[in-house]
Amino acid sequence: MAAVRTSSEVAFNRIAIAAVLIATLIFLAPIYWIASTAFKPKELAVSVPPTVLFEPEVTPFVRLFTKRVQMQKPVDPQVYDAAPWWEKRIYDGGERVLKVGKDVQLSQYPDRFMNSLIVAVISTVLAVGMGTFTAYGFSRFKIAGEADLLFFILSTRMLPPVVVAIPMFLMYRVVGLNDSHIGLIILYVAFNLSFSVWLMKGFMDEIPKEYEEAALVDGYTRMQAFFKIVLPEAATGIAATAVFCFITAWNEYAFALIMTNRRAQTAPPFIPSQIGSGLPDWTTIAAGTFLFLLPVAIFTFLLRNHLLRGVTFGAIRK
Amino acid sequence: MASVALTNLDPASRAAARGWSDLTIRNLFIIPTLVFLIVFNIFPLIYSLGYSFTNFAANRSEPWQFVGLQNYRELLSDDHIWSNFVITAKYVIVSVAGQMIVGFGLALLLNRSFPMKGLITTLLLLPMMMSAAVVGLFWQLLYSPSWGPINYVFGLGDFAWLSNPDSALYAVAITDIWMWSPFVMLLSLAGLSAVPQHLYEAAAIDRAGWWYTFTRITLPLVSPILLIALIFRTMEAFKTFDIAYTMTTQPTAELIAIRLYKQAFQQWDTGKSCALAYIVLIMVLAITNLYVKYLNKVKER
Repeated sequence: MAAVRTSSEVAFNRIAIAAVLIATLIFLAPIYWIASTAFKPKELAVSVPPTVLFEPEVTPFVRLFTKRVQMQKPVDPQVYDAAPWWEKRIYDGGERVLKVGKDVQLSQYPDRFMNSLIVAVISTVLAVGMGTFTAYGFSRFKIAGEADLLFFILSTRMLPPVVVAIPMFLMYRVVGLNDSHIGLIILYVAFNLSFSVWLMKGFMDEIPKEYEEAALVDGYTRMQAFFKIVLPEAATGIAATAVFCFITAWNEYAFALIMTNRRAQTAPPFIPSQIGSGLPDWTTIAAGTFLFLLPVAIFTFLLRNHLLRGVTFGAIRK
Repeated sequence: MASVALTNLDPASRAAARGWSDLTIRNLFIIPTLVFLIVFNIFPLIYSLGYSFTNFAANRSEPWQFVGLQNYRELLSDDHIWSNFVITAKYVIVSVAGQMIVGFGLALLLNRSFPMKGLITTLLLLPMMMSAAVVGLFWQLLYSPSWGPINYVFGLGDFAWLSNPDSALYAVAITDIWMWSPFVMLLSLAGLSAVPQHLYEAAAIDRAGWWYTFTRITLPLVSPILLIALIFRTMEAFKTFDIAYTMTTQPTAELIAIRLYKQAFQQWDTGKSCALAYIVLIMVLAITNLYVKYLNKVKER
């Protein structure tokens, strides 16, 4: 069949590929825009007409990480010359970097970024750990009402975050877990656990039972067979599940907005809150957004062969 | 019942007698997860069910009173809440329809071999992996009335997408379409690649037209997976909070989840917001039930 191709089919194919390329450019344009704004000089970020090509600079990132104040009078040339390159860029913008003694005062951004990292990593480890055991249980043993239990597990994932957040907020207030890492970690484990069980069950189902049975015949206990035979076989699945859980926790907004406000606040509620009133400095906001989106973009490429299973909770595989 | 025939291993064999029994292992592996989910998901819901019958306000210390079904009665007869549901319905229809059309369209275009197909597919999937709150934030930049690139490209002058009451909801829906069409595309591609090639060959031999092939072969075979995408996106769009909340403050774009958030954490009308949460919860569970049913159907194929 493939050999016999009419010229109209070939032409149609070419048009379709051209359309795909155009669509890809349209889909990537917003991402390009935020990434490029992160490297723009301040005045070009809001220029009319919009600036597409420009000389990139990293000053927005310097602004992102430092606390600054407007200068009343121009900087002393001697001080300027002695300053490192990144401080000069701040002086160029008519501001100076705030310091305590010799130490540069950092902005809140690195703290919020670290909070995101702590909460996402710990909640991922816990959710994937528990999910892997449970998935093995569901995959290998007969369980009364298995379908109902699995539906129950999945349904906890589908609850709207705000619905769960109201009672959790009240309960956390009683036990003092509001605005704490642990409080947020518990919520994210609860949220990701169902996902991790469903996805890992799909991976476990694919590991032939005969592997463990052979091991049992060879004198392993079932626990040994699980740790020495099943877990290594499931490594790819565990890694993929972990990356999905990490991205979900990393991106989560509603719980973080409600449960944290200072100490444990993560990046998603923090970044939009910077807009505030007046004229926002979009280059600095874009720099913060760019750094925040970068890990997700990298992970998407690592995950590309597992995305389908991930978004369908392991139900549809290829 | 549960303890019989846990595995197809003979219970009398030596292997099964060593170490912990399968029953112990099964319980050890499954029960902690179930307990965790019950404690942190179900117990809070029971807690808030209780509060939904009171006039409790979390920011005041005065004692609350039991008010029976009053919260539910007031909510269901509140025009404001109904308008939130209407706004949500509009949003769900526009954004899910848009995602289905764009996503399935992209999948049809991508469903052929060409160089760098894998790279392009992955690039197209990027939007849905991002944080909705942050996506909402940077679309504000794109939609900016005076200097935003969207108005410049389409020559719309200083049209204020997000602060115009008539367009705010649709501006959010467009962003949602951008973000989630890739999801529909991904599922559609899986469906399309599962259509047996010989059906197309047979159709070509019979000189069937493109439209005929599409409606008689492609669509019927892909529709179960499209239905999955449709239900899943409907459920998610119904729950939408982040993207709309970060993009606009227009009352015409106040989705039910945003209304719920404001009632609970800005007006501190805790008892009533618990009742509203229950109304929303029941709706979501109904859609979830439908989703799981179809998911199992597709899985069995």
